[in-house]
Amino acid sequence: MHMTELSSRRAMLALALVGVALVPRPGLANLPDKVQAAIDKLRAGRAAQQGRVTLRLPAIAENGNTVPMSVMVESPMTSADHVKAIHVFATGNPTPEIAVFHLTPAMGRATVDTRIRLGQTQDVVAFAEMADGSLHMARAEVKVTIGGCGG
Amino acid sequence: MSSPIGQPRLRLPAQVKAGDIIEIRTLITHVMETGQRRTPEGQEIPRDIIKRFEVRFEGALVFAMDLAPAISANPYIAFPFKAERAGRFEMTWTNDAGETRSTNAELKLG
Repeated sequence: MHMTELSSRRAMLALALVGVALVPRPGLANLPDKVQAAIDKLRAGRAAQQGRVTLRLPAIAENGNTVPMSVMVESPMTSADHVKAIHVFATGNPTPEIAVFHLTPAMGRATVDTRIRLGQTQDVVAFAEMADGSLHMARAEVKVTIGGCGG
Repeated sequence: MSSPIGQPRLRLPAQVKAGDIIEIRTLITHVMETGQRRTPEGQEIPRDIIKRFEVRFEGALVFAMDLAPAISANPYIAFPFKAERAGRFEMTWTNDAGETRSTNAELKLG
């Protein structure tokens, strides 16, 4: 497991050196190992493009126990071209996963809303997985005044 | 020993016309115990969350969500739906123990 993470990180570094940026910075730079592993598992070698995804979170959350989050993805939501899933990760919580939303064309629009817990100031990363298998992403920082994972 | 899954609350718009994209808001009472906390005596409090939410319209799955402990207590979930015809929604929340709570709602077109 450790070796795999290391080698995939080396592979990304090598790609960056030859000028093939998998994702523009600050997209997926400087993530904790377990977050990187969760994201690598989702990506399964696919590039994640910036854009099309809007991740709406407050810049400052006074209470990390309940932080309102909206994810909007530009998509016609037709059977040929729709968002299949939205995966949301926390970069500074005890576990990286926040939620996976499974969408269908019956929704008409690719927007989801919920409330999340953030244990400390951190970035949240959202990936939209399209019907054609492509990935789009957005990243947002939330400054947390009172952490919400309660130990 | 799981915490009870409380009464689901739903909100659909009152006036819906065919072709409208409506927003459906849901809330369910649940502790969403993260598994990260300890009692004052130092004993781990086991994880106990709603881990899955599913929405069916006339029997077909239209939206679902996998929840992690990072979803706040009393999960609030809102999502859109394109109203093409009248029909019945069935929404189901499932906890870690596999227990479920369901509710129905009628979509009427004006």
